[in-house]
Amino acid sequence: MSERQGVEMQNAECKMQKEILHSASPDVAGPFLHFAFCICFSAAGAEMTAIEPTHEDHHAPHPFLQHHFEDLGQQHEASTLGMWMFLATEILFFGGVLCAYFVYRGMYHDAWKAGSHHQNWMIGTGNTAVLIGSSLTMALAVWAAQLGRRKLTVIMLTLTLILGSVFLGVKMYEYSEHIHEGLFPGKHFTFVEHNNPALTPGVQLYMTFYFALTGLHALHMVIGAGLLIWMIWRAWAGHFGPEYYGPVEVMGLYWHFVDIVWIFLFPLLYLV
Amino acid sequence: MTPSTLHDVRFIEPEKTRNYLNEDYGVFSWLLTKDHKRIGILYLLSVTLLFFVGGFFAFMLRLELLTPEGDLLTSDTYNKFFTLHGIVMIFFFLIPAIPAALGNFILPLMLGAKDLAFPKINLLSWYIYMTGAIFGIYVIVTGGVDTGWTFYTPFSTQYSNTHVFATTLGAFITGFSSILTGLNFIVTIHRMRAPGLTWFRLPLFVWSMYATSLVMLLATPVLAITLFLLMLERTLGVGIFDPALGGDPVLYQHLFWFYSHPAVYIMILPAMAVISECVAAFTRKKIFGYKFVAFASLAIAFLGFLVWAHHMFVAGISVYSAMIFSFLTMLVAVPSAIKVFNWTATMYRASVSWQTPMLYVMGFIGLFTIGGVTGLFLGAMGVDVHVHDSYFVVAHFHYIMVGGTVMGYLAGIHYWWPKITGRMYPEWWARLSALLIFVGFNLTFFPQFLVGYVGMPRRYHAYAPEFQVLNVLSTAGATVLAAGYILPMFYLFWSLWYGRKAGSNPWGAVGLEWATSSPPPKENFHVTPVVTWDAYDYPAFLKAMRETQNV
Ligand SMILES: [Cu+2]
Repeated sequence: MSERQGVEMQNAECKMQKEILHSASPDVAGPFLHFAFCICFSAAGAEMTAIEPTHEDHHAPHPFLQHHFEDLGQQHEASTLGMWMFLATEILFFGGVLCAYFVYRGMYHDAWKAGSHHQNWMIGTGNTAVLIGSSLTMALAVWAAQLGRRKLTVIMLTLTLILGSVFLGVKMYEYSEHIHEGLFPGKHFTFVEHNNPALTPGVQLYMTFYFALTGLHALHMVIGAGLLIWMIWRAWAGHFGPEYYGPVEVMGLYWHFVDIVWIFLFPLLYLV
Repeated sequence: MTPSTLHDVRFIEPEKTRNYLNEDYGVFSWLLTKDHKRIGILYLLSVTLLFFVGGFFAFMLRLELLTPEGDLLTSDTYNKFFTLHGIVMIFFFLIPAIPAALGNFILPLMLGAKDLAFPKINLLSWYIYMTGAIFGIYVIVTGGVDTGWTFYTPFSTQYSNTHVFATTLGAFITGFSSILTGLNFIVTIHRMRAPGLTWFRLPLFVWSMYATSLVMLLATPVLAITLFLLMLERTLGVGIFDPALGGDPVLYQHLFWFYSHPAVYIMILPAMAVISECVAAFTRKKIFGYKFVAFASLAIAFLGFLVWAHHMFVAGISVYSAMIFSFLTMLVAVPSAIKVFNWTATMYRASVSWQTPMLYVMGFIGLFTIGGVTGLFLGAMGVDVHVHDSYFVVAHFHYIMVGGTVMGYLAGIHYWWPKITGRMYPEWWARLSALLIFVGFNLTFFPQFLVGYVGMPRRYHAYAPEFQVLNVLSTAGATVLAAGYILPMFYLFWSLWYGRKAGSNPWGAVGLEWATSSPPPKENFHVTPVVTWDAYDYPAFLKAMRETQNV
C-alpha cells in the first residue's frame, strides 16, 4: 500500500470517527472520544512511518538552502553573480540616458552651465556625504551579518536606512525648490534665464535630464529602502550567520552601486 | 499488510509515471509554479497565442495589398495594422519565443540542473511579460497605434494621436522580462552545470543561449531607457528628441538601434542554437568545428553591438561613420557564415535522417543564407541608399526573422515535443506542414525582393499597378504559409492524447535532456548526472548511459 493510499484510508477513518461522534452524546463524550480516536490512529500512523526506510536526518539541510542548489556555497555564488549581472544591466540603463546627456551637453554647453548654476552645490555635497556614510554602514552591516552578530547587523542596516531616508528627504526639498522656481520641465516651466534669455530652452532640456537622472536614482533608492526594511526584519529574526549571509551581501552590492551612480551624477549635474 | 508489500509497491510503482505534468493539478499549480518546465509551457502558450495575433495583422496587410488601390483598409487602419504586426511579432513573439519557451524548458535539462538559478525570478519574468502583453492587447482593442514598431520621434512624441504611451510602456515592461530571463540563464550556465560538464562539453545550444543572454542583458536596458525618455517627452511635452524644442531625433534613432540591431541576434542566436542540436542529432555526428561554432556565437553577440547605424545611412549621419558601420556590418556576417559552413560540413557524407526537425533545419539554412546575403547588400552603403525603405528590406528581414527564427522555433518544437509532452507528433502531417511553410514562405517573400528592387516602398497601403502581379503572388504565398502554421495547432494538440509514447530518447540523441524520462520528473533527474563525454560524442555517451542503466 502506498503512502497516499494510507493517507486516504486515514481520512476515511476520520470521517467515520466524526459520524460516530455525532451519533454519540455531543457535549460530554465528544472531547474524550476524539482524544481516544486520535491515540488509536496516530499509533497506526506511527507504525506505518516506522517501516519507512530511515532517512539521514542527522544532516538536516539548512533552512534557507533552496532545493535546486547542491549546497549553500553554490547558492551564495549564484546570488552574488546574479546581482553583478543585474548591475551590468543597470550600467547600460543609466549609460543610455547619460549618453544622451553628454550629446546635449556638447550641443548646449552654455545653457548646461547656466542650468547647473541653479543647483545648490552645498546641499549636494552634504547629501553626497550622507550617501557615502550610508555605504559605510552598509558595508559594516555585511561584516556584522557575516560574523553572526545579530544586533549589530540590525543597527547597521537601520542606520543605512536612516541615512538613505535623509538623502531622499533632502532630494525632495531640492525638488520642491526647483518646482517653486518654475524649473520643472513641461507645461509648468515658467523660468526665464535673465542673463541670457536665449539659453532658456537649453536650461529646460538640462532640467529634463536633471529630473530624469536624479528621479531614476531616487527610484532606485526607494527600492533599496524597501529591501533594507526586509533585510532588517530578516536580520532581526536571526536568519543570518557565518554560513548564510548572502542576502545582506547582495543587498550591499546593490546599495553600493546606487551610491556610485550618485557619485557620477553629482559632479555631472551640480559642478560642471 | 506486511512491511515487505509496502516496500515493493513503493519501489516498483512510482518512478515511471510521476512527471512534472502530473505532479500537481489545478490552475494555481501552474500559475504559481516555480518549475522551469511549467514556466516554459506558460511561455509557449502565450507566445503562440501572440504569434497568431501578429499573424492576423500580417494576413490583413497581405489582403489589402492584393489590389493596387487602398480598398480593404483605410490608410490609417493600414498604418495601425503594420505597426501592431511589427510590435506584437517582435516584442511579444520573436524575442521571447525560443529563449523563454524552449530555452526555459531545455537549458536546465541540458546542464543536468534541477532548475534555473532563480526559479522565482523566472516566474516573475513571465508575469512581467504578460503585463506587457496586456498593455499590447489593450492598445489593440482600444484603437491601435500607428508609429511603426520603431516609434520614431518626433512623430511618436508630438504628432501621433494614437496609443503611443501605452504601447511603449508595454514594450518597456516586456523588456524587463527578457532582461530577467537573460540574467537567469547566465547565472545558471555559470553556476549550475552538472559535475564533469565543462565549458567545452556544453551543447552548442547552451553556448548560443549564453550569447543571447548577454545581448538581452546589455542591450535591453538601453531600449528601456530610450522608451522611458520617449514617454517622458510625450507626457511632459519637453523636447528631448524634438528638433523644434532643441532635441535631436537622430539621437533617438541611435539609441533605438543600439538595442534593436542586437535584438536581431536575440532572435536569431536561439534559432541557431536549435539548429546545432538538430544537425548533430539527425546526422549522428559531432558538429564540425565545435569550438568555432561556440565562439562564433560570442562573436556575433559582441560584433552585433557595433553595427547599429547601418539602419541610419540615409538619416543624416556622416559619410565616414557610415563607412565604418558598413565595414563592421560586413564583419558581423563572418561568424554567421562560419556557423552555416560548419553545419553543412557536418552534414557532408553523413547519413541524414529526414525527420521533420531536419526538414526545418534545411529550410533554415537555405533561407537564413539568402537573408544574410541580402543583409550584406543592405549593409553596403550604396545599395542601401537605393533600396532603403523598400520591400527589399522587408523581404530581407523576413528571411531572417521568419525564415530563420520561426523555422528554428518550429524545428525546436518538433525536436523536443516528445521530451516536453512524452508523445510523438504525427510525422506525416508534420512533414506536410513543414513543406507548406517552406513553399508558402518563399512564395510570400521572394516576390518582395523583386518588387522592392524595382522600387515599391514599404508601409503604403496603395501602390502602382505594375507591382500587382508580384503582390498577388505574395498574398497567395501568405495563404499557404497561414495553412502551414495552423496545421501544427491541430496535430500537436491531437498528439497530446493519441500520439505514440515517445520514451526517454526517441531520436537516439546525445545530451542530458535525453538521459531523463519523457516528460521529465519535477526535479529533472532522479540522480544528479556525472558527465564524462563531450557534446555530441555518440560512442562515449551511449557507453556511459549503458553503464548507468546497469548499475
Ligand atoms: Cu541591423
